[in-house]
Amino acid sequence: MSDGSRRACITGIGLVSSLGEGIETHWERLSNPLTASPEIDERRFSPYPVHPLAAVAFAQQIPRTTDQRQMERWQRIGTYAAGLALADAGIAGDQELLDRTDLSIAAGNGERDIAFDQQVLAKSDRVAEAEGDLNQQLMTGLRPTLYLGQLSNLLAANISIVHGATGASRTFKGEEMAGVSALENATARIESGESDLVLVGGAFNAEREDILLACELEASVYRGAPFRSVWERREHGGGAVLGSIGVFLVVESACNARSRGHDAYAQIEAVRSDRRRRRPGEAAAAMAHIFKAFALQPDIALPILSGASGIEPGTSEERDFIAHLRTAGIRPVVRAFGNVLGHTREAHFLAGVALAAIAISKGTFYPPFCGASPEDRADVEPDHILVTTLGSWRGEGAGIIARAE
Amino acid sequence: MEKARASSRVQSENRTVKSAYIDSKGRPLVAITGAGVVTSLGIGKRQNWEKLVAAQSGIRPITRFPTDGLKTTIAGTVDDLGIEPYSAYELASTMAEVAAAEAIDQARIGGHRSFPGPLIIATPPSELEWPQLREIYEAGDPELSGYARLLGAARQGQFGALASHIRFAAIADRLMERFGTRGQPLTICTACASGSTTIQIGVEAIRYGKTDAALCVGTDATVHPEGLVRFSLLSALSTRNDVPQKASRPFSKSRDGFVMAEGAGALVLESYAAAKARGATILGIVRGCGEKADAYHRTRSHPDGRAMIGALRRTLADADTKPDEIDYVNAHGTSTPENDKMECFSLAAIFGDRLPHVPISSNKSMVGHTLIAAGSVEAVFTVQTLQTGVIPPTINYDDPDPALAIDVVPNVSRTADVRVALSNSFGFGGQNVCVVFSRDLQ
Repeated sequence: MSDGSRRACITGIGLVSSLGEGIETHWERLSNPLTASPEIDERRFSPYPVHPLAAVAFAQQIPRTTDQRQMERWQRIGTYAAGLALADAGIAGDQELLDRTDLSIAAGNGERDIAFDQQVLAKSDRVAEAEGDLNQQLMTGLRPTLYLGQLSNLLAANISIVHGATGASRTFKGEEMAGVSALENATARIESGESDLVLVGGAFNAEREDILLACELEASVYRGAPFRSVWERREHGGGAVLGSIGVFLVVESACNARSRGHDAYAQIEAVRSDRRRRRPGEAAAAMAHIFKAFALQPDIALPILSGASGIEPGTSEERDFIAHLRTAGIRPVVRAFGNVLGHTREAHFLAGVALAAIAISKGTFYPPFCGASPEDRADVEPDHILVTTLGSWRGEGAGIIARAE
Repeated sequence: MEKARASSRVQSENRTVKSAYIDSKGRPLVAITGAGVVTSLGIGKRQNWEKLVAAQSGIRPITRFPTDGLKTTIAGTVDDLGIEPYSAYELASTMAEVAAAEAIDQARIGGHRSFPGPLIIATPPSELEWPQLREIYEAGDPELSGYARLLGAARQGQFGALASHIRFAAIADRLMERFGTRGQPLTICTACASGSTTIQIGVEAIRYGKTDAALCVGTDATVHPEGLVRFSLLSALSTRNDVPQKASRPFSKSRDGFVMAEGAGALVLESYAAAKARGATILGIVRGCGEKADAYHRTRSHPDGRAMIGALRRTLADADTKPDEIDYVNAHGTSTPENDKMECFSLAAIFGDRLPHVPISSNKSMVGHTLIAAGSVEAVFTVQTLQTGVIPPTINYDDPDPALAIDVVPNVSRTADVRVALSNSFGFGGQNVCVVFSRDLQ
């Protein structure tokens, strides 16, 4: 560890979102103050705006139509982004490396068959269902392979099948904290010497009614137009605007990257998490506690890629955490990536880490992602970037992404 | 001067103690100090064990919902915890709590609602079931239909209680509140290998020195119409409804699928040194774990068994255990034609000529397939096997599959000196995880 050979580095990034596909597309769009703005569809799921996925030619990464047919959209998005990451890291097609590439995936449930659900709801009623009327409809109406599009770990399976990554395979659940857990576990395995290569990622399909229903049940989704930044929603009911995304990182030990002569975008200095009950002030305190454990120099401008979602009270707690940093003498330079990508749930933290790694490698931080406080103009050369993600319900996580040594 | 010498003596003693409790790779040894279980056979280790060794089955006709029109009408449901109305969330959470409470009570660890380590839990899908969808729908605007109506009703805000059912973090959070585990709990899904993955992650956390203890739990309670039908449509389930107790028949020639079941298992893992230091009773050792993903197919293994064999080899290497040391295999043994064939094939690659002489039994012949929880439930039973020297049988072994030349401990339990046991878990999506447990340190 002392020679840094077990440091966890980011050597590949695969990113597809509402803004487009690939590292350069995202960088060009987000590094320019004139274009660092979101893509929003306010009509399709009205009153819920969403950030729809840009057009993607899935066949480029998932050539077999039989594979595509057996996936639901979240899996196609994720498998596609995973392929981009593997190619970017120079691992795609290298059987020896793929055989020892571990998977650490953040996932939810996948997708329901909306048309089928609506048909059942229309045709039957509670009494008939209680008497067994449902069984026949399920037996004849459910697509036989639908469950394979829903099981959380089947994103990992599809990545193994399509791209051949067949090391260890672990899928973490738990909404936003799934992404934090996936990276925390991968980093720990690399630092311990257990693993040299981990493909870490997640995918989220925001463009579906079933996930909007799930979010509406917990009152965590933003309704109505006009679109407002995450920092400006509190007075308008709060809530997240969901965004579709696929984001994958190749996380690799420094020694493995060096041995195959591959440069790193950045290194993962630390990932930490906690979970408080969320009485008022607890989330902000948890974040302050996590930040303290990072033991960063306090007298620097600190670029922050904030996972703030607009969901309350989490977003206000995050604002309080940022204010706390100021009182501690730190100059936070905050960008909430949910303002440009939307809230991407399981993938959210990893999306922030990807944007951080890109900025580190470019040597420049992003302009504000919205016009509202606490985002303000500031030129900062990023050496360390703090990435934060609070669970929409519970769980607090953060990481430090730094220049690779 | 005196003081300095004293402190240096303490240090050297610590080193001695430490070296006795590290494995051959220099990592902290991991002990099991508590175990708890719930299955269709009963609540708690004692009820389960009595019935397991007596070759009793927990499989019965489903009474939870009407089964007209279904191809499979039997399951290993957990019906005696008083969860009314049933939901996967309520039953899975309750079973997990019951199993974890039993494990923590046995380990006598921590204080009231204060477990000194993280929770790692494997949970089933978090989703709305049909009665809940229907309830929301019927509260909606009759002028609307489909999801527009569901969303309109949800916006009224009276269904907040259902949020627990669709939050993946909800079951973990409930256990964390109850037992006071530390840090952000981990929620895992590696399909039917999930329970074993929780043990693996717990072992790693202790080995990495991140904690001295971990609470590892697997739970599943998804016997509801859609839960059953989706496995039925994948042709995974036995349709031998006539005599439910005879449906799950791992390694038999006439096996025709698994029987869905519910259950939960929990283990308290501790660093051996910490467990010894607090005078805990040690139930067994987790020697090592390993995993290997398969890239062949979403529900089938590569015909050459590469991933299962890979998982077995990695496990033995991680545990620094030779195949000859394995006294017993707690098989995944689902009773599907595919699994049992591939599992035997893979074990043959490991054990070679010794294969017919290794006792290999499947608890699923009696408790059914507890899916997400299977690795956890079977870990508890494996620890009981190590402790008691009794191997539970594979029941319903009336027509051996001649292609599978193994000793399944047919139909009646057996007394044996089991020092080292291997537990297999294989899941949809190419998930293969194995764990080696031992009775003693060496």
